[in-house]
Amino acid sequence: MKLPAIAALAVLAHPAIAQDTPVLRVLTYDSFVSEWGPGPQIEAAFEETCGCDLQLVASGDGASLLARVKLEGERSDADVILGLDTNLTADAAATGLFAEHGVSPDGLALPVAWDDPLFLPYDWGYFAFVYDRTKLETPPASLTALAESDLTVIIQDPRTSTPGLGLLMWVEAAFGDDAQAWWEAMAANILTVTAGWSEAYGLFLDGEADMVLSYTTSPAYHIIAEGDDTKAAAPFAEGHYLQVEVAGKLANTDQPELADAFLAFMLTEGFQSVIPETNWMYPAVMPEGGLADGFDGLVTPETALLFPADEADGERETAMQKWLAALAR
Amino acid sequence: MLTLEGVVIEQGAFRLAADWSVRAGALVPVVGPSGAGKSTLLSVIAGFFPPSSGRVLWDGKDLSPLEPGARPLSIVFQDNNLFPHLTVAQNVGLGLSPGLKLDRAGWRRVEDSLGRVGLQGLGARKPAALSGGQQSRVALARVLLRARPLMLLDEPFAALGPALRAEMLGLVRDVAAETGATVLMVTHEPRDALRLGGETVLVADGMAAAPTETAALFDAPPETLRAYLGEG
Amino acid sequence: MAGRFGPVTGRARHPVIRIAGGAAALVVAALTLGTLVAVALRADGGPSLGPADWAAIRFTLIQAVLSAVFSVLLAVPVARALARRRFPGRVLLVTLLGAPFILPTIVAVLGLLAVFGRSGILSTALGWVGLGPIHIYGLHGVVLAHVFFNMPLAVRLILQGWLAIPAERFRLAASLGMGPREVFRRLEWPMLRAVVPGAFLVIFLVCTTSFAVALTLGGGPRGTTVELAIYQAFRFEFDLGRAALLSLIQFGICAVAAVAVWRVSLPSGLGGGLGRVVERWGIATPGLRALDAAAILLAALFLLTPLALIVIRGAPGLLSLPPSVLQATFRSLVVALCSVMLTLALALSLALMAQRARGLVAGGTEALASLSIAVSPLVIGTGLFLLVYPFADPVRLALPITALVNALMSLPFAYRAIAPALAEVETVRGPLASSLGMRGWARMRYMVLPALARPMGFAAGLAAALSMGDLGVIALFADPGQVTLPMQLYALMGSYRMEQAASTALLLLACSLALFWIFDRGGRMRADA
Repeated sequence: MKLPAIAALAVLAHPAIAQDTPVLRVLTYDSFVSEWGPGPQIEAAFEETCGCDLQLVASGDGASLLARVKLEGERSDADVILGLDTNLTADAAATGLFAEHGVSPDGLALPVAWDDPLFLPYDWGYFAFVYDRTKLETPPASLTALAESDLTVIIQDPRTSTPGLGLLMWVEAAFGDDAQAWWEAMAANILTVTAGWSEAYGLFLDGEADMVLSYTTSPAYHIIAEGDDTKAAAPFAEGHYLQVEVAGKLANTDQPELADAFLAFMLTEGFQSVIPETNWMYPAVMPEGGLADGFDGLVTPETALLFPADEADGERETAMQKWLAALAR
Repeated sequence: MLTLEGVVIEQGAFRLAADWSVRAGALVPVVGPSGAGKSTLLSVIAGFFPPSSGRVLWDGKDLSPLEPGARPLSIVFQDNNLFPHLTVAQNVGLGLSPGLKLDRAGWRRVEDSLGRVGLQGLGARKPAALSGGQQSRVALARVLLRARPLMLLDEPFAALGPALRAEMLGLVRDVAAETGATVLMVTHEPRDALRLGGETVLVADGMAAAPTETAALFDAPPETLRAYLGEG
Repeated sequence: MAGRFGPVTGRARHPVIRIAGGAAALVVAALTLGTLVAVALRADGGPSLGPADWAAIRFTLIQAVLSAVFSVLLAVPVARALARRRFPGRVLLVTLLGAPFILPTIVAVLGLLAVFGRSGILSTALGWVGLGPIHIYGLHGVVLAHVFFNMPLAVRLILQGWLAIPAERFRLAASLGMGPREVFRRLEWPMLRAVVPGAFLVIFLVCTTSFAVALTLGGGPRGTTVELAIYQAFRFEFDLGRAALLSLIQFGICAVAAVAVWRVSLPSGLGGGLGRVVERWGIATPGLRALDAAAILLAALFLLTPLALIVIRGAPGLLSLPPSVLQATFRSLVVALCSVMLTLALALSLALMAQRARGLVAGGTEALASLSIAVSPLVIGTGLFLLVYPFADPVRLALPITALVNALMSLPFAYRAIAPALAEVETVRGPLASSLGMRGWARMRYMVLPALARPMGFAAGLAAALSMGDLGVIALFADPGQVTLPMQLYALMGSYRMEQAASTALLLLACSLALFWIFDRGGRMRADA
């Protein structure tokens, strides 16, 4: 009875790839490599020129990526880590596992200056609360107004999800010492907190809440892919917290040249043009053709909030304490 | 020859002693009140659990190291003598090979022994399709096929009517005669004991008495047996 | 009579059993305790618990106790009605009632919210009569969801108890003129006292490790369970020592619960037949009939409406699912079948070993078989990663490891179904087999396996369904080229494709139920043959 099982398991195991072409392993998050994410197109585009085998390896969502990097430590056979965001880069840098990318980041279309020697941005977006225009005519105009309103919102848990952590930093950046007061005022509005973005957004689309924590770019999906313009992000007066997604080269990669080539490729057309309509984020370098029409009408915040990486790392812990203190009652 | 040499069985407050022999080829009814330990005695002989002291010998050879299936005996229980999911033929075939590895000759012997107990042609049925009497016959067909020199019967016919029981006892005698087996049979029925004849073992008051000539025993029963028979 | 003196000697003490049992015990111990140790060893610094952790422990206990209490309390009238009423569709209903237990969390939560959510059908209906929407989020929401998941399990366990009361006793009670009240006091209450604590314990244990349900329906950080605290320790703080300590606490909670219900032990005979109806007298009064009908109807409504909504939402897109979803389905089916074989091999090996052992070894084996209920999937995943990583590429092993861990998660239930049946066949048929010298494989093939067909069919069905719906050993082993159906479901949701996700959810539900039905039925047919 056990033999067939073992045989079947052996069949299931990935066949070892025996070939001479060099392999570049890029560790990233699930949705990047999924059929509907940027992964497949980017892999094809890079392999056309690199003479290598690009292996995109997924490790859960963005929040678990750093944990994976730490678990693997110096023995990691990944060459590039793609998908950390600025809330985590200081922590990631402190591991000492990353090497400088050596790229001078000119021509970046980021709303902030970029000079991180270890990590290069590949896309970015603003966190925002998304609502349905047919159900909510005048959305609140600020975080403060949201907390004072009687609207219901769904957010994600900062302990398990990237947007959840983003909101934590957003509130911290907007209110500083008054962050806990905002959370306390907000407590009644928070319908529930989900473990991941998917659950939250799914519940919102099912009509469970008036607003959901997502990105300013989320409505673009509905406009472009579904021809549905009912979803919109509400612009907030305090500004919007920025999420910049970055990649970095591991110091003990056995393919340093390939890794460099990939990071350079990351800021070129072949990578950047794929991003907007697969990852539904803004590209770090504007592609030649610009963005699709659906991106035109999106909210573009006047104030971009972002803690520098080293500050972000320090704020994370205190922001979490405030969040727990305000909501865990 | 079956010998119980200073056998003592103990379990909690229960205690049973036996120290006697049965000559080869004897037919021995085992009688006594409920709970006296008749079945327990058979279980010890069959090797299902060891006595606390003493030995069980067959022809002078100690049986203790042998597992039940390796002992020179066949046992028929009160019930659960057949596997309900196996056919009649398979149930009998287990007597020849516990792994049912039978060649064509083996299956022919199975069919023969079924014929001997009057069940020719029923080999393909499942036990559930047979009557109680027929099920007992299947068990005896298997005993016949195993042809072990000792037969232990633990009230196998208790659920059958008087006529059927008499018939089965006749069959037991035939099978025993054919295989030359020694028979120990637990029974509640004095008539069954008398019909089997031979010498009877009386189990009562913590003691399995040495075999006594059956007719004599029932003619002049000791007090324990009298109480049991309701003649006290 | 032989039974009076306990286990008979001379049963097959086959070395294969000792080797297989030992190997199975080793595998299970490595996956549960070994992974925990691996995580703890990788930690630096002594961990400590903060007030938030204590809050998590408190919430875990409260929600698990309440969930178990309500699941069991509500299951009693339903089980009684199912035990004594005959009606068309009864067998189908009993099978469908098993569905919530095997649903992937996210599917079930969305289904539940389609009924009880703010824009669910219940709130909509209330809106028609001028009432506000239901507020489902909070402790009561968590309990509701857990009751949805686990009440069917309780019904099944208690129904088993009812059907185990010999029909003769009901006949005797009827001949003595006992009314329903008396019958309950004399026959049914003693059975419930024996069965209910065990059912309570199983559900308590299952709910202890819940986290996504507790968080989503608990309405936020208030709904933090120990499992979520483990996530926080691991992912937010990367404090492996704290993760290990919290995992140990989770073990501790489960152990304390198990000891508290020690005397009654876990319910057994999960896999018994439920097709029978107990012949009963004196229950034809209109009042009792209405009561039973209401119990069955309400339970069916409660459990089946969310399922129906999953079907309704998923059906339109079913035919236009991308091929990759079908490939993922195939992959998940293969994983599920492997998981079934591993589950049966583990459960059977452990049950055979426990049966041949005495005292500590037997008790230890039983505890080991139940251990994975209490273990944190995140800790298993992380520990396994740490154990495997130095030797092999975890990604290459993604599917085999998924199958293995899924098997581990089904093991407690499979073991509970198989072990008692094994004990029974040894008691009833063992002496005959021993007297015929049947040992080793012959004993297995001709005595043990046929008698185990029914519980093994049930265990296989459960293992297949649970494996089908499980997300597997989580992210650390994910292989983008080899996604399973639940992973595909999340991928679809993660890329805004909610409609295709709904169809995928339906496909998942259908596959899980079909697998369960096929195995369970296969086992029963073999047993009846």
